[in-house]
Amino acid sequence: MTPRAAVATTQEPAAVTAAGPDALDTFPKMLMAHAKLRPDRPAMREKDYGIWQSWSWGEVAAEVAALAGGLASLGFARGDKLAIIGDNRPRLYWAIAATQALGGVPVPVYQDSIADEMAFVLDHAEVRFAIVEDQEQVDKLVLVKERCPLLEAVIFCDPRGLRHYPQPYLHAYDRVREAGRAMLGERPDFLAAEIARSHGADTAIILYTSGTTGRPKGVVLSFDNLIATARAAIAFEGLSDKEEVLAYLPMAWIGEHIFSYAQAYCAGFCVSCPESGATAMTDLRELGPSYLFAPPRIFETILTQVMIRMEDAGWVKRRLFHYFLGVARRAGPALLDRKAVGWRDRALYRLGDLLVYAPLKNTLGLSRVRVAYTAGEAIGPDLFLFYRSLGVNLKQLYGMTESSVFLCIQKDGEARPDTVGVPIPGVEIKIAEGGEVLFRSPGAFQCYFKNPDATAEAKGADDWVHTGDAGFFDADRQLTIVDRARDVGSLAGGALFAPKFIENKLKFFPYIREAVAFGNGRDFVAAFINIDLEAVGNWAERRSLAYGSYQELAANPLVYDLVEGCIAAANRDLAAEPTLAASQIRRFLILHKELDADDGELTRTRKVRRRTIAERYQSLVEALYSGAGTGHIESEVTFEDGRRGTMRAELAIREAATAPLPRLTPEPEPVRRAEAVA
Amino acid sequence: MAERRIGDTILDADSISLSFGGIQALSEVSLAIREHEILAIIGPNGAGKTSLLNVINGFYHPQRGTLTWKGEVRRRMRPYEAAAQGIARTFQNVALFRGMTTLDNIMTGRLMRMRRNLFWQALRVGPAAHEELEHRAYVERIIDFLEIEAIRKVPVGQLAYGLQKRVELARALAMEPELLLLDEPMAGMNVEEKEDMCRFILDVNDEFGTTIALIEHDMGVVMDISDRVAVLDYGRKLADGPPDEVRSDPDVIAAYLGVER
Repeated sequence: MTPRAAVATTQEPAAVTAAGPDALDTFPKMLMAHAKLRPDRPAMREKDYGIWQSWSWGEVAAEVAALAGGLASLGFARGDKLAIIGDNRPRLYWAIAATQALGGVPVPVYQDSIADEMAFVLDHAEVRFAIVEDQEQVDKLVLVKERCPLLEAVIFCDPRGLRHYPQPYLHAYDRVREAGRAMLGERPDFLAAEIARSHGADTAIILYTSGTTGRPKGVVLSFDNLIATARAAIAFEGLSDKEEVLAYLPMAWIGEHIFSYAQAYCAGFCVSCPESGATAMTDLRELGPSYLFAPPRIFETILTQVMIRMEDAGWVKRRLFHYFLGVARRAGPALLDRKAVGWRDRALYRLGDLLVYAPLKNTLGLSRVRVAYTAGEAIGPDLFLFYRSLGVNLKQLYGMTESSVFLCIQKDGEARPDTVGVPIPGVEIKIAEGGEVLFRSPGAFQCYFKNPDATAEAKGADDWVHTGDAGFFDADRQLTIVDRARDVGSLAGGALFAPKFIENKLKFFPYIREAVAFGNGRDFVAAFINIDLEAVGNWAERRSLAYGSYQELAANPLVYDLVEGCIAAANRDLAAEPTLAASQIRRFLILHKELDADDGELTRTRKVRRRTIAERYQSLVEALYSGAGTGHIESEVTFEDGRRGTMRAELAIREAATAPLPRLTPEPEPVRRAEAVA
Repeated sequence: MAERRIGDTILDADSISLSFGGIQALSEVSLAIREHEILAIIGPNGAGKTSLLNVINGFYHPQRGTLTWKGEVRRRMRPYEAAAQGIARTFQNVALFRGMTTLDNIMTGRLMRMRRNLFWQALRVGPAAHEELEHRAYVERIIDFLEIEAIRKVPVGQLAYGLQKRVELARALAMEPELLLLDEPMAGMNVEEKEDMCRFILDVNDEFGTTIALIEHDMGVVMDISDRVAVLDYGRKLADGPPDEVRSDPDVIAAYLGVER
């Protein structure tokens, strides 16, 4: 219970004098409190020159003070915006605190933005100062400087390659820090007075959402927003000042800001920065964080690496690994959830832990993980359960920039691959008429910066914020997110139709690379399938099935059988969920070509462009719903070298097995489901 | 600004002639390399570019001519002498220890600078251990400089070609050379790797003040990064001067750039 006691001490002043002038209602105030309370505890680490360098809370406070002084001597005034551009570096985190200490607003920008995107954000946010990591970012700013008339000073952390840059507005971080120290030497009370002038209701940060449609929007969050949410989640998970976190996701992303800044300052734990983006996984291993966030993609990469390396291992190791993985699959999740498990499995799991799980977790850097989150996209059940079966407490959460992240978290012992958990204390969630998820929470954003129309659209007069996501509460009162609200439609019978949810179910099968579900306004759901050339090719090889091309493999009846099996399994899953049981896939075909971003069928981030596909393959969609046994298609394709050509194909259409709807009579059911959604 | 920092000649090759049997690889080539400059040596295949580098770092001994290295005239230089005196090089076809990690490969570049003898180094105790730490710290600076942190512990045999080239550069830099000879540092690289390599070469020149002589075929690269270009053809020096001058030299165009006139 010591960790909790420590949390209590950190938060005590805030709790005692919540409204008073000494309240810890901004991050700079917290920083100064930490510097007094735990001056020698590590606050920040960075792997540099192959060694973990660390800074204590006392040192961080001094660094932040010096930088703030330097900014002030460059003319930084209250309310000024400071852009932060670069990889996760301690100095850039300190820049956030220094800006806030002066009553300014930090604006982190995605470091891989091209100059154009950067110009938009800098100009829109009215940025006067920028602090950047290195030459790469300086070059971009030099390029866009003309388009950002307000931009006055650019501070760079790494001087390499910048020696001969003549621009007078460029300043080296070290110089700025020196100037700050000198300035604070002359006016020792300056900073404390500045820090005291800010309060919880003031703007803490503006984060630009990447925005799949149109220009990015600047989400304005106050200190109260961030602190309330961060503290609620800390209490929900029982986090302490002993946590270890690796800061490796973009600083401009709200999740990173909450995990590696807001929560670190609220709880007083240590944040470590990897050596570079490419070493993040190695550094993770060395650090062994206790609190971890990663998108599904990263968990998938780790698993793939493990599997590949196991295939190369000797047969004894391989046999052991696969045997105990089976044991883990049977007993692991239940043990993690503290449910009853037979003595035999319990004993085998212990043995497996000794021989396989513990060493494996150690190599992956997951030995010390108490809480791991994944979010952002749907995670495959196998993937999710793999980590849970090893004893890694992987859970899902739901949130967005507009809610300061946390809306829902899965409770310990209730983690499931298809839900996102229950609302955390302080958050209210309701489902609107059309299935859209609305929320009200202390973390709800102030507004979109200089965009009152968008603000009004997202945030009604009654303070309910529209998420744009469609979802429902399942029987356990856990929230399930099915799709973006505008993609959700209904079948002709009135039942909910959420294409992405169905497609994700299909894509979790290794043999299916891409799927496109149709059904809006139709009698039933039908789907296009793209097979995964590597996985199916491998499968075909093992069966000595000859094929010359993707098209040939895709048209093979045995491959159709394989995919039909996958779809039947997905249908069984869908049937178990009353809201979606009507969305079982009745008919499908396997496309003759891979959907490709070059043909405009996918976005560059591999999201399906429904409308384009529906138009281009209209004849196939018609065939799916006409009851015909085949569909004919002529399509234009762009080859790698830019040439265009036409592809003709005659594609087989199959019926897939559907599961009976459980406990419901077939006919009145759509009506009931509509009620459930409302 | 580049002109200001370029100093006096540090290596002067005077009338170098080199032949292998009946083949005249270099005839009467004179070339001065000035402190802190980036000098590109170009020319068609078989023009004698690599031979010239080999003469400079003492691998070949010219039949005629002298080399003056930092004011000291020598008829012949041995490779280890050249290395000890601050001349490092990379090779056209990567010459690394393939089974060793990136880190170990770069550490070998520090061997020249180790003061303790083999016995102490093998035992790795006392002063030798302390010394190794110092060298490791220096190597880490280079790793940071060339942004190869992610492959520190990877055997170089497993690395992509472009990365191997970078490791080779790292090893050469570990010697803290005054003159760095690069034999086609960008051969076989894609555009992005070339851009990176260019930036590294410029940064090495800028940050460490290292003088660089490089052989390169990519004319875009040569014209962009070098202060001076020397052109060889059939073992003779055709031209020598700033990139723009060389580019418009009619002899060079005829011999190398290959424009019909």
